[in-house]
Amino acid sequence: MKKLLLLLFAFCFTLTTGFAQEKGSVLIKDGNLITITNGNMPNTDLLIEDGVITQIGNDITAPRGVETVDASGKYVMPGIIDAHSHISGVDINEWTNPVTAEVTMEESINPNDINIYWALAGGVTSIHLMHGSANVIGGQNETLKLRYGSDMDGLRFEDAPRTIKFALGENPTRVHGQGFDVQPRTRMGVEQVIRDHFDAAIDYQRNRREYLDAKEAYDNGNRSTPPVPVAKNERLEVLVDILEGEVLVHTHSYRADEITMLMRVFNDYGIEDYTFQHANEAFKVAPELKKNGAYTSVFADWWAYKFEVYYSTAYNASILNANGVKNSINSDSGELIRHLNHEAAKAVHYGNTSKQDALKMITINPATQLGIDEKVGSLEVGKHGDVAIWDGHPLSIYSKTLKTYVDGKKYFDRAEDADDMRLKVDAEQDFDEASGRWYNENGRHSETCLRGAEIRFSKQGMKLQGN
Amino acid sequence: MTKDTEIIMTYLKSTISACLLVLLLGMSAEAQITKKAEFGKFAITNGTIHTVTNGVIENGTVLIENEQIIDVGADVNIPSDFEEINASGKHVYPGFFDAGTQLGLQEIGAVAVTNDQAELGDFNPHVRAFTAINPSSVNIPVTRVNGITHVISMPVSGRLAGKATLIDLYGYSPDSMAVSPNAGLHLNWPTSKKGGWWDDRSDDEVEKEYKKDLKELSDFLSEAQFYDKMMTDFERNPNDKQQPDMNKKMQAMREVVNGEIPVIISVDAKSDILDVIEWTENYPDMQFVLAGVRDGWRVADEIAEAGLPCLVSTLYTPERDYDNYQRPYQNPGKLHAAGVKVAIATGEVENVRNAPYHAGFAASYGLGKQEALKAITINAAEIFGVDDKLGSIEKGKQANLFIADGDPFEPMNHITDVFIRGNKIPMVSRHIQLYQQYLDRGAKTN
Repeated sequence: MKKLLLLLFAFCFTLTTGFAQEKGSVLIKDGNLITITNGNMPNTDLLIEDGVITQIGNDITAPRGVETVDASGKYVMPGIIDAHSHISGVDINEWTNPVTAEVTMEESINPNDINIYWALAGGVTSIHLMHGSANVIGGQNETLKLRYGSDMDGLRFEDAPRTIKFALGENPTRVHGQGFDVQPRTRMGVEQVIRDHFDAAIDYQRNRREYLDAKEAYDNGNRSTPPVPVAKNERLEVLVDILEGEVLVHTHSYRADEITMLMRVFNDYGIEDYTFQHANEAFKVAPELKKNGAYTSVFADWWAYKFEVYYSTAYNASILNANGVKNSINSDSGELIRHLNHEAAKAVHYGNTSKQDALKMITINPATQLGIDEKVGSLEVGKHGDVAIWDGHPLSIYSKTLKTYVDGKKYFDRAEDADDMRLKVDAEQDFDEASGRWYNENGRHSETCLRGAEIRFSKQGMKLQGN
Repeated sequence: MTKDTEIIMTYLKSTISACLLVLLLGMSAEAQITKKAEFGKFAITNGTIHTVTNGVIENGTVLIENEQIIDVGADVNIPSDFEEINASGKHVYPGFFDAGTQLGLQEIGAVAVTNDQAELGDFNPHVRAFTAINPSSVNIPVTRVNGITHVISMPVSGRLAGKATLIDLYGYSPDSMAVSPNAGLHLNWPTSKKGGWWDDRSDDEVEKEYKKDLKELSDFLSEAQFYDKMMTDFERNPNDKQQPDMNKKMQAMREVVNGEIPVIISVDAKSDILDVIEWTENYPDMQFVLAGVRDGWRVADEIAEAGLPCLVSTLYTPERDYDNYQRPYQNPGKLHAAGVKVAIATGEVENVRNAPYHAGFAASYGLGKQEALKAITINAAEIFGVDDKLGSIEKGKQANLFIADGDPFEPMNHITDVFIRGNKIPMVSRHIQLYQQYLDRGAKTN
């Protein structure tokens, strides 16, 4: 009876989750399709059925009950994917230890965050909600679909690979070495923290397996060798998963030396399919990145907010692209995510990346880096119906998002956009708070990765840096 | 012995080749770094000239000599001794003007010793941005190759942060760059709003503190007005009166209370803007400019009626969770529609180069291309009283202009040439140098 109840409960649970991730159908007629992976297709129809692209072609007729949207003269593009975001993140920095692989953004999501809607209004459909950069091996990230209006579970990108945040350079050395007198204080120490923990994970994996094997044997009646218990260690379990290739590593990094250091370490431990985040100096080691098959995810033009980004160039994306490194352009910001199309256009400005490649940097390339490129990032039959309709070419500053669909369901429509799009009115927010000053307050809005890790005291009391 | 010699020889060889390599690399790098601006006589021909003040001239010519635009039009004779720059298929614009930055005052945000924009103290009218402009800031070439030729650079701390300066982005000293060493006095309006969730003051306390801040400010201005009157009286009849003691801060306030330079008031919240409007009415002899003004669209009519120009940007998130997502983009357009003169001010340092894109978003969301162009050129020049020299392509104005291969608000387009005060600026910056150095590293450095 108990089992039956449990089954029933599990069944109901599946139902509710399924309901949260509602899928839709729509026929988008006569648009200029920017497929990303298969060129541009003028005056072409795109049919999404039950959340999946089922047809691309001419003269497609809408199945019964499926809405038709006229996109003639408009551009239809896959939803933008932001490989580095903190919007909707509740807490993002478990900064208490140089290694906190066991924590995860999984349960640290605010589905009511208005920033989700604002991102949809910029044609974004998926984000990589990342842990912060205060520790060398930070927490696990969460890949989300911007299904604004659903609950926390409803935002998850189903079956997206697990990913984890690493961080090199100034942030972890400042927070731990300078802040707490704990290794690492230097880039030398950062390397050793990583190696120490991978070594520990390898030992743990062996010891734990030996113990479990011995325990099983013991339980099966082999009483000659009593098992010596090795306690389960969540932190090391995650590191084992990284070594086994089950968790993709996304590393906050800036300088060329630290980037090559990590590639060396990863080669030593056999870790593949990793992405360098920010990577302002990746352009200096583009051939090495290419050789190792490493990916990069960079800012379009942020620099000079701290010393390790002083020797930067806005041509970073173009240099990486020209050297064959698969690169994406990310926001790490609630502001930039509103116009990532415009950020991608800067790759054309700085270094003449082709429009086609610039658009890849906000669609299929970030999808590859997150391991979801089989599902999203281009307009292809069989892929998810994550699509945005634009009134002009998406790389033009004059173009606006008209409609944004996730799984074929419309989450943004410029024609139906109301003044107040909050899902939940927070009683605490009834008063009008003063924001920060309009001007750059000492690099304050330049990087959100350290949110929650730096505490500032002011006349008015304690303030956590970065929003 | 032989072994030692061998080692020494190997060492020498490697040292020599290393030296040679350094020398070679150094030379090529130096060739770029030391590239100087050209000063001479230039004729920009066959371009589409966006004069801003006199419409668009197709297939036009601009003649540049001795810092000046000496002629502009479709029918201009090109003297033989002018170097011709063929702008066929290209567009010529007046240099862009960012009316609110900290360029030259800050080098690296997180490195405190490179930050000169925030002096200690609440009332610093005597502190001048002009003093601390670093002409060698790496940020400056990075900015000007994107077509921005002029900025207001301002101190930002305290109540009266100090004097903002108007500079162009070419020169070896602040003096050579300054258009107006003292362009305005920056006032951070005290706010009547709570700071955020961490602000645990009661509403009464917030109100009390705001009133106290306002009183301090008004008292300071009364004192300044009195000091100015006393000094003026003394200067008119020095023999009849005892010489008053010098007060540096009050002395610095004289050009402000006389209305010679504006007070630039940073203010964002609606109720604060309304308070500012009311407060400025107490000082009919003074000039005021609003900066930031993120709630401006809510009270655009009131701002227009008060005749206050606004320095605004577009690339920020809405002030409130319940604001429409487009408001930051629309703010300049809505202010303009109400009759407010707007100028683009990014508030940036290293990315002042994005000023054209702030204008582009404003253009796209209601301001329109023509007005957006004014907002980033002539309007700023008018607000700071330098429109006789800057802000448009006109005969007799300073030669500050750039050539682009298309609409400069479009990030996909490129700026090909920049002129500041008649100097043809080398299109070189750290970002371009690193690009040239690393695009193709080649075999020898692998």
